[in-house]
Formats: sequence, C-alpha cells, structure tokens
Amino acid sequence: MTASDEISRPFLNPNDIRDRLTKLSSIEGITKWDLGASSSKDISVQVENGKAKQLKGSQRSSITVRVWNSEGLVGITSTSDLSDIGLSKALRGAFEASNYGDIKNSPDFSIMANTKLSVNEQKLFPAQGITKLLNLLIEAESNLINKHSSIKTVPYNGLSELFYERVYLNSDGAIRSMSQTQASLYLYARAQESDRKPRSSGSIRIARGSQQIDIDSCINEAANKTISHLNYEPISTGNYLVCFTSEAFLDLLSAFSSIFNARAILDGVSLSTRDSIGEEISVPFLSLNDNGLHHTNVSSCSFDGEGTPTNDLALIDSGKIVNFLHSEATARSFGVQPTGHAGMGAKVSVSPDWFIVSRVNDETISRPTLDHKQSQEKFILIEGLNALHSGVRASQGSFSLPFDGWLIENGQPISIESATIAGDIKLLLKKIVNIEKDQIATHQGVSPYIWVEDMKVTGDS
Amino acid sequence: MIPTIYSNSQDLLSLEKFNDKWQSHLEALISYGLSAGADFVEIFLEKTDHIGLLAEQDTITNVSPSFAMGAGIRVFRGVQDGFVSTNDLTANGLKEALSQALDMLGLGESLLSKVKFDGLRLLNDYGLVKESWLSECPKLSESSDKLLLGTSFIDKFGNNINVRRGSYSRSLQEVLIASSDGTFARDIRLHQSTGLNALATDKENRSAISRRYGSSGKPNDLREWDPCSSAQEVCESVNKMLYADYVEASQMPVVLANKFGGVIFHEACGHLLETTQIERGTTPFANKVGQKIAHESLTAIDEGSSDGAFGSLSVDDEGMEPKQTVLIDKGILKTFISDRAGELRTGYKRTGSGRRQSHSFAAASRMRNTYITAGRYSPNELISSIDNGLYCKSMGGGSVGPTGQFNFSVEEGYLIKNGELTKPVKGATLIGEASEILPRISMCANDLGLAAGFCGSVSGSINVTVGQPHIKVDSITIGGR
Repeated sequence: MTASDEISRPFLNPNDIRDRLTKLSSIEGITKWDLGASSSKDISVQVENGKAKQLKGSQRSSITVRVWNSEGLVGITSTSDLSDIGLSKALRGAFEASNYGDIKNSPDFSIMANTKLSVNEQKLFPAQGITKLLNLLIEAESNLINKHSSIKTVPYNGLSELFYERVYLNSDGAIRSMSQTQASLYLYARAQESDRKPRSSGSIRIARGSQQIDIDSCINEAANKTISHLNYEPISTGNYLVCFTSEAFLDLLSAFSSIFNARAILDGVSLSTRDSIGEEISVPFLSLNDNGLHHTNVSSCSFDGEGTPTNDLALIDSGKIVNFLHSEATARSFGVQPTGHAGMGAKVSVSPDWFIVSRVNDETISRPTLDHKQSQEKFILIEGLNALHSGVRASQGSFSLPFDGWLIENGQPISIESATIAGDIKLLLKKIVNIEKDQIATHQGVSPYIWVEDMKVTGDS
Repeated sequence: MIPTIYSNSQDLLSLEKFNDKWQSHLEALISYGLSAGADFVEIFLEKTDHIGLLAEQDTITNVSPSFAMGAGIRVFRGVQDGFVSTNDLTANGLKEALSQALDMLGLGESLLSKVKFDGLRLLNDYGLVKESWLSECPKLSESSDKLLLGTSFIDKFGNNINVRRGSYSRSLQEVLIASSDGTFARDIRLHQSTGLNALATDKENRSAISRRYGSSGKPNDLREWDPCSSAQEVCESVNKMLYADYVEASQMPVVLANKFGGVIFHEACGHLLETTQIERGTTPFANKVGQKIAHESLTAIDEGSSDGAFGSLSVDDEGMEPKQTVLIDKGILKTFISDRAGELRTGYKRTGSGRRQSHSFAAASRMRNTYITAGRYSPNELISSIDNGLYCKSMGGGSVGPTGQFNFSVEEGYLIKNGELTKPVKGATLIGEASEILPRISMCANDLGLAAGFCGSVSGSINVTVGQPHIKVDSITIGGR
C-alpha cells in the first residue's frame, strides 16, 4: 500500500460501530440512543524560502453519543476513544448527563433520519503524498515571489490533503455514512516598497483533490491582489457608495446568519422572531438560498448531525423571509419539517451550509448599471472584511469591521491604507442598490458583487 | 536497516496513568527516531476530561462531557520539522505516527544521527500533587446550582432582560512529555471558566454584555465565584448600554480600563513578540532588541507563574518550566517569547512558552500571563487629563493582521468631556498599528489587574491572561458611525 492509498483508507465501519453500540447500550440498560462519528486523516506542508518549514500529518477520530433516559431526557458525551472501553464510558457519561436534560427542548430522532438521500457517494480523489505537495508548494512560493520585485516573502502558505468520513446511527435502525476527499492551498504574500509600509494579501483554493487545485490561478490572484495594495493612501472618514466582493458579502451574511436560525430565534438572540416569515428584510431584487449540496461546495455532506438529508432551502425570496434553518427540535416547535442543518447535542445547534445569493426581479433594481469593472463613479470596493469575531454584534444587528479594499475613482483604484466600515445589517440589506449579474463561486458560498449606498467608513486622514 | 521496536502491537492504554512505566516505551521510540537520522525527537501524550454546562434563564439546557486522548510526535532534522498527531496510543499507533514524521523529512533509510541519546531522565512529575484536583472539583449538581444562581441574579438586577445565560467549563488535561534531550515530565492542568451574559431589549434598542472569569489549578474556583457581584456587574453594564448612542468615527485620546483592557497589548504587541513572527518575517520588531519601541512609561511582562491565573503553568508543552520574561522595560525592547523551534530558528533562548491547544498541534511560542506593569497615576488622573476622548471600560475581542495592524471592539464605552466621563457610547472599534501606538501609551495607572481569555493562533486556542492597569493612549483611530 502506498502513502497516497493510505490517506484514503476508511477507518469507520458503520455496521461494526452499530453492532458494538447495540451490545454495549444493552449492557448499560439504555434502549434509545444515537451516535455521530467522524474520522479524518490529513497531511499538510508549509514552506519558507524554498525549503520545507513544517510538514504535518494527523489522524483524528471522535464520536458523540446521545442517550435518552426513561423520562425522555437526553444526555450526550463525546470521546476520541472508539474502543469498547471508550464507548462504554461515553454511554455512562451520557446517561449521567441525561439527568440534567431540558424537558422543554428535548430532541428526538429526526423523522427524516431514514429517508433516502439524494446524494450517496462522492468521488474520492487519490492523495499525491507529502513529497509531491512539498515540491508543488516550493514551486508555487517561488513563482509568487517572482511575480513582482516587491514581493519578498510568502509568510502564510500551506497545501494540504484530507480524507474525511462521517457516520450517523440510531437505535431505530438509521444508518448513514459518507466520505470525501478535500485539498486546499493558501498563499499569503507580503510586499514592501522602500519607505512604505508592508502590504499583504492572498488567495485560497479548495478542491476535492490536490490535482484539481488550480495553483497558477491562486498564484496570480495572490500576486495581483498584493501588488494592487502597494499604491495605498489613507482615506477620509465619511459616507460612501460601497461595492462588496462576493467573498466580503458572504462573510457579512454568514456573521448574521442567526437571522435565519430557528434555534437562535427560540433562544431570543436572533433579530428575527417566530412571526418573521413573510417579513421584507431586504430589497426585492435579492434572493438567498442555503444549499449544502451545491456543486461548488466541495465540503458538502449529504446529511446533518441528526441524519436529516441536506436540502436546497430558500431563505429569502424576492426580499421576503420564507424559511428558517431547523433541527429536529426547532422544526417540531415551529410545526415544520427539519431542514438538514442540525449539529448533534442535548441542545442541538443549527447552522447554514452554503449560501447562494441571487439577483431577481431586475426591474426593481434602483441602479442596475453599476459595475465594479466599469463604473466611473467614486466608490469603495471591499475585498475582504476582517475581525468578524469581534466586530459583529449578531444579537444587536450592528457591525464595525476593518476591511481591505480600494477607493476607485474614474476607474482608477487606490488601495486604502486602513479603514473600518460600520452599520446595521437590516439597514444594509435595504440599502442595496445593485446586485451584479455574475454569480461568483467562493470557498464559502456563491454570490454576485453587491452594491450598497451610504455606508459609514472610518479612515485615517 | 532501522531496528524494529515492537514485535507486535502492545496496548499502551493498559497503562492507565501517565507515569514512569511509559519510560522504556518512549525511550524505544526516541531511539528509533534518532537512529533514522533525526536530530531531535519529541513525544507529547495527552488525556483530557472536559465538561461544559449551559444555563439559560432558569434551566440547564446543555451538559456536554467529553474525553479525548492522543499523541503529537515531532521530529527535527536541522531547522526543519515534521509533526504527526494521532488518537491511536497503542504501540503500533505511536510507531506509525513516528515513522510518518520521519518519512516527511526523508529520514529512515541510511541517515544516521550524530545525536547521542542517554535515555530519559527521572520523571519530573509536576502532577503528583494534583492527583486529587478532579475529585475536588464540584460535581454536576453543585455546578448546575451555582450557575442557575448566577442567571437568577441577572433577573433580579437587570431591566428589560430578554436572555440570561450562564456557562461553565472545566477542563482537566494530563500530559506526558518526553524528548531526546532527556526531558521526561508529567503534569496535570486544571482550567475552569465561568461566564454570565445578558441581552436586554426595549423596542429597537438592544444591548448584550458578557463577562468571563477563569482560573488554573483551583478546584474550588466555582465554589468561590460570587455570582451575585458578577451578575450586578453584567446588569449595570447592560442597563447603561441599552440606550447608548453610536460613537462617531474619529481620532482621539482614549483611556483603556484595567484587566481585560490588556487585550490591546496582547493583540497589538504581544503577538509580534513571539518568535514565530520573526520566523515569518511579519514583526516590525525583529531587529529592535535594545531599542526604544514604546513610551518610557511602559514596562511589559510575560510569565507563567501567577498563582491561579488562567495562563499559568508548571511546565510548558515542551517540558520546560516557565520563565518570567521582561519583554519591554521602560520602553526598551528586551527579548522575545520563544519555544524550541523559535530558539533553533531565531537564536532567542526558550522562555518556557512552548504551548499548544492539544496533541493535534505542534507547540509554538505563545503568550501566557502577559501584562503592562502598574504605573504611578490614579485612574482618575488619566481621565482628567483628557478634554475630548473615549473611555473604554470593557473590551470585546480583537485581532492583529500579518503586517501588524490591529483592531478590537469596545463593548462598553463612555465619552470623556473636559476630564469627566459623560454618556455611554457603543459601536466603537479601535484601529492602529503596534509600532505607532506603543509610543503613544503615555500614562499608566497604579491598578494592575488581570483577566482570563482565550487566544487563537498558530498552535490552536490556548488559555491566557491579559492584563494592565488603566492606561492612556494619546491618540488612536476609532471606527464608528
């Protein structure tokens, strides 16, 4: 067996885990249980000045087991020990935790945990192995540095291959499993011209296999972005017409995804309420779906943490909220079906998979001619938002975020030295003046460039 | 030909505890690594026992226990290293991981190391006196009751409170570290953190405030926590901020409160003083040791020994006891925070700062308890020295970019007018660049305080302490509306 075969050798055996858990739970007197298991193997390389800096490999496995006690209360435990000893310990831990289960929010098996999946098998791509990855990354680093005399280093870089498996089982006979391969490349260059501050930018590529990664386009994008920031100036504080790149807009939308999250609504920390279905939340020419199975999502999983199949779900249709993201428990509370967005827990988390932003109802667009490649108007093009973890107040709807971008006037871009953009997500969604026609696939979803007017930007001058 | 170290797989899990019974197994692995041509071999074994609790309103809504174990094996050849982590602690699992790490560096055939290995020293067992910690921690029922007491006090002291939450986590980590320089150490680490947060709403006005407290090595920490005063502190802030206006974007002087205000130094400067940043060429301070990089009022320390502090440790994740490190002395840069790879690649001596989230990460130079030392002013003297500025009573999180630009959000702020605190303001973000801001920290008060936090970086998320007295920054950019 070669090293490249080794990485995609399955580790989890769903039938074996089911048989062992059935036996062990019976010994513990537990009759209702479910289990989520995952396992991964990955290798990655980092380089510095044409040499290997760090080479890494890992093998991880973990399970989370949930049990229901005689009162219907749920407890969970997670462990990385998949031996019988580990599973028994996890069952006992979960049973003890079930004494503290919350009867009002107790989860049950998803009614869809046994339904047929629309996607079963994904194509697995063979790994190339650490030596090949290393050589590819050394070459990529060199090519990126050679793109411009001011690019001296690529301080953040990495190329990795991953094999990943997931299993869901329950005592009602549900059995789900999937496996996938994935590879990623990131190149983050640092450039500096004499008597000027260092500037940096980068690019990421994710694919199902390392041979599928377009390394040259990643190098070119990283170089072009970095070089475009060398000519920088401070900007004045004020209100600007702003164009968000697809990546920046998806970042912002994801940071406020609690708007569509039924768990957050029930917990009172969402800007939405139970009655928000039908609310006009954005301009009428915007639609938003969450589709974990979209062909651009290389990390797609065909079922969620409760075994519910992943779906294409409309969240905003022509500006109106039409659905929320649900787990089994929230769906039961709302009187709808689970949507395939659950994690696994005693209190089950809910999260989106893959946002797809679309332009609809063209006739209602207020400024349809705005185009980031052609516009002669003065505007700010926001390339990427930073520090989302600290600058977003999701439960309040506000944000204040540093960004990388350019001030563009008469078609001429000048990089912005340092600035933040601040606002309120609900107001922003109403101040969108154009959604460009091209839908662009990013590593976190699909969106066109989005234009918003009258955004407050704080600059340094 | 590399010697075979085991004829068949032995289940090392049968060695239930990490102790000196592991010595021969680990020595065999290290010898194997060295015989394959490695210059240095390190094995980090870990077992963890974690529990998390969440209280919402007056109910415990989530109890999440977890157990984990694993090994991280690191091999150096020159300045290059290969690192492999695994959950498989059997003899074959560890050997497979070591072989993979050796293979990564092209080792394993005819290369022979010049390194002499005299075996591991006697086990330095820092965990011996900590064996009872887990049993001394509060049981689930006691933890739940205490947390619910916290959320009930929020109900008592708060106005317009919509959401009351309390959270508690207890993590016990047992580690065994062995390396080819003879290091052989065991430790038990206990970290507990407790948090309260409240969300108040009144029509369109919303305010959310959270506070977190944390300790290391104190089994009674939750018992000693005062939920009443914590809830009062949260409620006072959430009530004041509910009707706060947005701050206007500007450039002005600020006073940063003590304790968690130290996150500015952590983000803006501390990260740039880790040797990993020198290796990457991303710190502006790389060649500045001995030079003035900050105002003469500023002295900064990184240490790992403050009793019970969240970032304290008996031994780092590379088996070294933590040193107290003066980073900046009266504005002069003295040294960097260093780990084994940092010493190898940059020449800065190790400081007992090799840290990692878990066995899945290679150790890196990371901060522990990092703070600006106390100055001679009272906090009021700082505020009264400002005509028009911002008082940042409570900070949110922050980050530093690859070129030294930092930003962090202000959770609770007040305008300063003519030397007095006036109305509360929200939505502020402080933005700057470390090398430009440090010379502007012109006054330090006499009220040094520490606060617990989590820091995410190259070797994962680790427990740290940030700290400072009240400090004044003469001018900083404030992002707002």
